[in-house]
Amino acid sequence: MSHDHSHSHGPGEACDHGHDDHNSPEYIQKTIKKYLMVGGILFGGTVLTVGMYYVHIPSVAITIAVALLIATIKAGFVAGVFMHLSDERKMIYGVLACTVFFLIGLMGLTIWAMHDFPFFTLVGGKPS
Amino acid sequence: MQATTSTHTEAAHSHEQHHDPGFLRSYVFSTDHKVIGIQYGFTALMFLLFGFLLMMCMRWQLAKPGLPIPVIGGLLESVLGDVAKGGVISPDLYNAFGAMHGTIMVFMAIVPLAFAAFGNYVVPLQIGAVDMAFPRVNMASYQCFAVGGVIMFVSFFIPGGAAQAGWTSYSPLATIIPTHGQTFWLIGMVFLITSSLLGAVNFIATVIQLRAPGMTWLRMPFFVWTQFVTAFILLLAFPPLEAAGILQLIDKVLGSSFFIPTGLVVSGKPYDVSGGGSPLLWQHLFWFLGHPEVYVLILPAMGVVGEIVACNTRKPLWGYKSLVYSVLAVGFISFIVWAHHMYLTGMGTKISTFFQTTTMIISIPSVIILTCLFMSLWGGSIRFNTPMLFALAFLPMFGIGGLTGLPLGFNFSDLHLHDSYYVIAHFHYVVAPGTIFALFAGVYFWYPKMTGRYMSETLGKIHFWGSLIGMNLVFMPMFFQGLYGMSRRMSDGGATYALTNAANEGVLTAFTATVIKLNVFITHAAFLLLLAQIPFIINVFMSMFNGRKVESDNPWDATTLDWQTPTPPPHGNFTKEIVVHRGPYEYSVPGHPTDFTAQNAPDPKPAK
Amino acid sequence: MEIPYAVKPRPDTGLYNAKLGIWLFLASEVMLFGGLFSSYILLRVGADLWPHGMLNIPIGTFNTFVLIASSVTVVMSWASLKLGKLDAFKKYMALTILCALGFLSVKSFEYHAKFTHYDVWFKDAATAEKYFKDAYGEEKGVEAARKLFVERFHLQNTKATYDANQVQIGGHIEGDPLCTTLKKLLAAKKETIQFTPDAPFGTHDHPKPIEVKLSDVIRLSSYVPSHSTYFAIYFTITALHGLHVLGGAIVLTYFLLTADKWWKKNPEQLANRVEVGGLFWHFVDLVWIFLFPVLYLL
Repeated sequence: MSHDHSHSHGPGEACDHGHDDHNSPEYIQKTIKKYLMVGGILFGGTVLTVGMYYVHIPSVAITIAVALLIATIKAGFVAGVFMHLSDERKMIYGVLACTVFFLIGLMGLTIWAMHDFPFFTLVGGKPS
Repeated sequence: MQATTSTHTEAAHSHEQHHDPGFLRSYVFSTDHKVIGIQYGFTALMFLLFGFLLMMCMRWQLAKPGLPIPVIGGLLESVLGDVAKGGVISPDLYNAFGAMHGTIMVFMAIVPLAFAAFGNYVVPLQIGAVDMAFPRVNMASYQCFAVGGVIMFVSFFIPGGAAQAGWTSYSPLATIIPTHGQTFWLIGMVFLITSSLLGAVNFIATVIQLRAPGMTWLRMPFFVWTQFVTAFILLLAFPPLEAAGILQLIDKVLGSSFFIPTGLVVSGKPYDVSGGGSPLLWQHLFWFLGHPEVYVLILPAMGVVGEIVACNTRKPLWGYKSLVYSVLAVGFISFIVWAHHMYLTGMGTKISTFFQTTTMIISIPSVIILTCLFMSLWGGSIRFNTPMLFALAFLPMFGIGGLTGLPLGFNFSDLHLHDSYYVIAHFHYVVAPGTIFALFAGVYFWYPKMTGRYMSETLGKIHFWGSLIGMNLVFMPMFFQGLYGMSRRMSDGGATYALTNAANEGVLTAFTATVIKLNVFITHAAFLLLLAQIPFIINVFMSMFNGRKVESDNPWDATTLDWQTPTPPPHGNFTKEIVVHRGPYEYSVPGHPTDFTAQNAPDPKPAK
Repeated sequence: MEIPYAVKPRPDTGLYNAKLGIWLFLASEVMLFGGLFSSYILLRVGADLWPHGMLNIPIGTFNTFVLIASSVTVVMSWASLKLGKLDAFKKYMALTILCALGFLSVKSFEYHAKFTHYDVWFKDAATAEKYFKDAYGEEKGVEAARKLFVERFHLQNTKATYDANQVQIGGHIEGDPLCTTLKKLLAAKKETIQFTPDAPFGTHDHPKPIEVKLSDVIRLSSYVPSHSTYFAIYFTITALHGLHVLGGAIVLTYFLLTADKWWKKNPEQLANRVEVGGLFWHFVDLVWIFLFPVLYLL
């Protein structure tokens, strides 16, 4: 979680001129088309996921994996485009990266903890 | 500089349209970080005292089981009813006091005092900001805290009393106790957690966005770094506990079975719920917060000690960069050590080893921080004022607390020590003569900035020595009690412990009796500790009116920006533009005319 | 006394305060819903029986479309503000709020349907089989009830066997009471209920109502949190999500209603506030994007 802020700016200096353009009317006009396209992609992704349910893939693991993959891609579009995360700065990425790491830690370690048994456990039984 | 009065305040306000906001807006519904900091501070100190008094009742029961409490026994009975029949602490009441002592001390005393009170008051000042980034959110966070605190307090007086299942609130016990104390606890926790989350967002945004020009990350005072990391810990660790709290609340109120296993039998009858839940799930979600929470308790204290040590040794902190990186490391690693509180839940060897490893790893940055603070004393010109005494005592006390944690961090030794008095001694050493001493130091240190008067040194020294001796007399014997196998959370004063050791009659009886007798000794020491706080309480209030007035705005000759403001700082904090030119601990710089150079002072002319 | 960078971004971070603040808050919300998702995974993996097909997929899909549409409209409303078109902003914001209210109404319809749907378990196997025959016919009754059970819990490929009294009949009680329980019915001195069983698997023809003696019933529960951990986690996560939808809708409504005033006073700050509100809104949509397949489809 190190922050690369060893350079400081004077009060009048903007750091990233490209960033200002992201708020100009021309840029916004172009992005509107992108928003509508992404909206369409999200609709499509939903239809796909629901369709998967009716088609009934035999392997449970694959069904879960594909459904979550589609959901993650949809989420990526919402975060990247609608929430302009792809335009955002390192600062936000840093916070989110930590969050995701800790979330995976929470889920993963908890699930591991409840399914790793000592050597001489009697057979049968998930822990309560 | 003259000690300022209203002239500076008027100057600061001269070009603002300020009509007098009135008492309510200024002191009750204020959005000024300093007022909010003081609100948090007073509320937290009151809860600290209340939690202490709960513990005194418990200590009476442990020393003299079954006997009525003198003086206040009758009051307890009239207020609490049957649970305190005859002025005796019944087992149920003991458990309620125990659960609430923990909850109040952790969530309503230490965190609000260390993080919210000191943080709110000092952090904006130390980074050269006019206020926090979100002043109204700040006010909301205090109000959430106050509401949560009231709910917790009120829970003592409802039928059935307060929560009884420990501050850790393990299901199924917490859920199956039929009274409503637990429900109040859960709702109170939701408010307290919300308050912390709002505060955390505010702190992080403030430190990132509102640093004064020239205040780069590595020029920030160590205290600001510790508060910054603490805020991140609160932000990301509290929500799973909020989730768990919601789940337990639904278990209790709507009869679901998130944490109730199938086939649970209560009092001989099958418990009438769907089952299918997992008590372990509660433990994981709780300790996911519970462990980072202890770093929330210690990091601000380390920050306070750092500030006071630098100022009172007239030397920079030794190893500033090591301190900063260690604090970041502690914050990060604290999220992946939690299951060392759960070694006895039947986890397998692989996952146990994982958590033991991360637990050992996190001790490295902790030791680095303590070492840097110790090294900061070397060659210093130490001023032994009251804040410095408390800060100095923090170092070995936290050392004892930290080192005694090592046997608990290992699975095999924890087998014997888990749930014993050893654990109680360990964490109290870290928090009581650890964090609380640092917070006392902070009160004595920043009091002159808040009020324009020093606290009495005489009363301060009595408070210090009484507390230091008292703390050690109370908690050191508990290590021995724990090593000899005495369990925690037992209201019987050692009767069960004696029974379990009865099989080893002859050889061990002497030990057993001694261990139990220690309870009496500890209770006497706790009473001494209580008496030692009286000078402090008197000091805090009396010095506001009778304390020696400060000679300047910077009575301790400190370098950080919080001492470069008028006393007390006005709305908006600084009367001139702040530009930072140097690091936070420019003390005794060779060639400078004075032994300190403030962060925002212009470059000093060299001494002749 | 003005807080710096409240509207104009700080140069080195490129952010104005509220935007950083909302992302931090969203990080904590990720952990909150993450904690609940972890609980879902653990409860499901640890359960002997986990039902499928209990939630209405067309309705859930419709709600998903509604939320996605609201995400598009909210970002369009922000874009309109940035382009200086106040009326377009109001139009899109109103549409967003409408979508939110639509989502919530559909959700409450779904909840109501659950609260009036009951499962009944009987005290022993013989009694259970008698009622199965009453419900689904003398010949094929027991078979039909078992098939519903097997399909619900996806037990087709397992060797586990279940006694008849472990198999429940689902259906509706006459009068469609909300969330009643066996205790409440007995307390109201009822001795029998008129119960309309669910249609057999694969069909839509509801059998005729049967009379059930409450003395034969060992457990009766509507689809509420106390029914099973499945419904407990379903209701908890969706209700918390719903509260976030409601909260977000309230904030967006506030922006809509105060827009004129802010547009005159400080249009850039209005755009910032709408952006921040929009970020929260997208997060709410994001959570649903995961919730929907996990709860409804998997």
